[in-house]
This record gives sequence, C-alpha cells and structure tokens, in this order.
Amino acid sequence: MCGLCGMFGVAEHWTDQSGAESQRRRIERQHRVRIANAVLEPFGLRCADWQNRFTLASRTGKSVVVDHLGALWPAAEKLAGRPIDPLDPAVIAKVEALVEAR
Amino acid sequence: MIREHRPVTVNLLTGFLGSGKTSLLKRLLCQPSLEDTAVLINEFGEVGLDHLLIEEVDQDVVLLKSGCVCCTVRGDLRDGLDRLFGRMLRGEVPRFSRVVIETTGLADPVPIVASFSADPALRYHFQLGNVVTVIDAVNGMANLARHPEALKQVALADRLVVSKTDLVGPEEVAALCRRLAALNPTAAIHRSSEDEPAPASLLLDDVHDPARKGEEVRRWLAAAEREALHDDHRHHHDDSIATFCLSTDEPLDWAPFGLWLSMLLNRHGSEILRLKGLLWVEGVDRPVVVQGVQHLVHKPVHLDAWPDGKPVTRLVVIGRGLDRAAILRSFRAFNRLGRSAAGAAYSAATAD
Repeated sequence: MCGLCGMFGVAEHWTDQSGAESQRRRIERQHRVRIANAVLEPFGLRCADWQNRFTLASRTGKSVVVDHLGALWPAAEKLAGRPIDPLDPAVIAKVEALVEAR
Repeated sequence: MIREHRPVTVNLLTGFLGSGKTSLLKRLLCQPSLEDTAVLINEFGEVGLDHLLIEEVDQDVVLLKSGCVCCTVRGDLRDGLDRLFGRMLRGEVPRFSRVVIETTGLADPVPIVASFSADPALRYHFQLGNVVTVIDAVNGMANLARHPEALKQVALADRLVVSKTDLVGPEEVAALCRRLAALNPTAAIHRSSEDEPAPASLLLDDVHDPARKGEEVRRWLAAAEREALHDDHRHHHDDSIATFCLSTDEPLDWAPFGLWLSMLLNRHGSEILRLKGLLWVEGVDRPVVVQGVQHLVHKPVHLDAWPDGKPVTRLVVIGRGLDRAAILRSFRAFNRLGRSAAGAAYSAATAD
C-alpha cells in the first residue's frame, strides 16, 4: 500500500496525493514551498508551510492562510494585485533564469 | 469496523438538442448492471418513463422497474444531488452507487463539473465518472459547425455516442467519427441506433474501475502517440479546439509539476477542456494516472504496471485557444526547476 492509499479520509487537493511514501510527504511539502517561493518572489510574496496548510505573506505584511495549492494561486493573485500566469513570458523567463543560475 | 468510504460515481449525459440523450438514457436504464443508478433529469415528461415506472415516491421522485431512482431537479443541481443523497441515507429511496445527470441540450456541462471542484462536501460524497456526449449522425456535423456548445460537449467527453446511425449512410457516419476523433482523441466512440441496446459499459468502464483503468489509460496513450506523430500538422480547426501532448522520458518531480499545473489551471482552466495522462513521478514506483476537466483535477490513481513496460510521462491536453508553444516551454522550465538547486536539496533530503 502506498502513502496515497493509506491516508485517512480524503485529502483536500490532488497535489497532496503523488503517492510518495508517507515519510517523504513532509519533505515534499517543504520542497514545494521552496519552489513556490522561487515563483512568488518576483511578485513580492512569500509562502510557508504551516500546520499542513500554507501561509502567504506580502512585503507589506498582508497575509492569508490557504489549505492547498488549488487555493494558493487565487490568493496570491489577490495579494499581488495582478495575475500570476505560468504562460507569461516574463514568468517563464524567470524560471528558466533560475534553472540556468543553479 | 470502519466502513470503506466509497463515493457515488456521477456520470454526465450531455448532447445537443435532439441528439438522442433521452433515448440513450432509457435504453441504459433497462440494463441490469445499472439497476443501482439514480438519474437526475429536468422533467419526467421528457423521458417518457411511463412504461418503466413502478412507484411514485413523491412529485419529484419515482422508482423504475429496473430498481433505478429517477429524480427531477428543481432549481440548483447541487441541492438536487444533496437532497437525493439525503433521501438515500434516510432509506426513503433504494441505495444507489451511481447518479446519471442528463443535462439540457444547450447546457454547457462545465458549470456542473465546476461545482464538483468548488464544493468539498460534493467532492467527498461523489466522484465524477465518464462524461458521455451524444451526437446524432444526421445533424451532428452541422451542430459542430454552428454551435460552440456542441464542440465543448464533444471535447469534454470520455465517451462519444454517435446516435441515429441507421438514418444516414456509412460514409457520413465515418466522416463524423473522424471529426470527433480529431476533436477529442482520448474518448472512445460508440455507434448506436434506436433499436440496439445501449451498453452499460458506457458508464461502468472508467478510470475509477481497477479492472478497467489500464485499458482506459492505454487509449489515452494511443491518442498521445498519434498527437506526437501529427506534431507538424496541428489539429487547429476553425473553432481553435486543439489537442496536444506534453511528454518527457525522465521522471517528473511532483512538487514543481503540481505547482505548475495548479497555476496553469487557475489562470487557464476555462480553456483547458480535458487533461488526461500517465505520469512517471520520481520516488513513486508505479504509474500515476491524472485526469482533469477544466479547473477540476481528479484524485490521482495508480496503475500496477507501465502499459508498455517503459516508464514515461504522457499528458494529453484538449483545449480551446491555448498557446501550445508557451505551455510546452513553461512545462519544461518548471520541470527543470525541480532538478536545479531547489531540487537538489530535496534529493539530498530524500536520499535512501
């Protein structure tokens, strides 16, 4: 039985259900937060893992708590006051630059 | 003992006005294997259930000879589902394991799908099964040319039923099937006529069925293969519905993939009509099957083995007005991000 099938209840969002072994799940969430922050940084936002949920904060101190990644992006757009589009050439270029720099 | 939670499967039966949805529904309800089905329709009169009727529970609910529960929706569909489910729990209607929702001909099925995405209670009690779209062989081609709703209904489908095939020549049926396969290469096409029984497998065989999911995924992979072959001749129709495949032969890092796809669906979910595929996820020894309808992504399921014996990632996307080049570039960039320093930290932390 994999981690996905062994979970109690129903996880809220599909991104929490990769099927990774349970002991890896926490590390996976931290990994996710690290990558989310790479995307969010140009928008002046920072995300953190908090009690199985995520907090999202702007540089001006505004913050929200979101349950899962499905809710992260609408909340981030609201805080940033602009769309966060993975097809935006500027966003792609930023991600490509991060890959090249590392 | 803890009882295993089994959500009720919800099938959407959609199709343009006069396409033969009701006729198909009537034929499906006669199938013994669908006897534990409840149907949600707009009006009893439309279905002409008299000959199937066994008992009227109240003005909104009737029981059919087959054991099916038939319920009219008054107002909101979500409330209709909720009420029906409550009645089952209270024992007012027989237990059902499946609900078929017949949409009205002009209905855009998307808001129905969206309600599953938005409502946690609905998501807990119900899971979305096959979307079945009926296209009639007589008017289907013209409807696709004239009505964007008809195109959307085809693009969203898991099963396409070409009805009234006995009323036109085989060439016309074949031409319609080709058009449908180009619009939605991942859906199985079933040809039917009024006097034939409707196979229960249209509803029963889906990706939630452990015995059938392998076969279902193989069809998606075949579609992905065809799309890859026709890469230079994109299926860009006048309507701009296009199908393409995201693929990689390296394991996917789930974190950037999940971030990327959730971000993409947040911004472009209304243009992404269907998403179906098989993923090779790093650290997961079995294939992960993912599928979605617009903003909704179903709970991923596993296959026991790789369909072709070789681990791959193949994700078929059917969408309208999408910038394919940008999606491919973005998908690759995010995937590589997981392999950069952020990914390296993860790999170190999870190393055996």
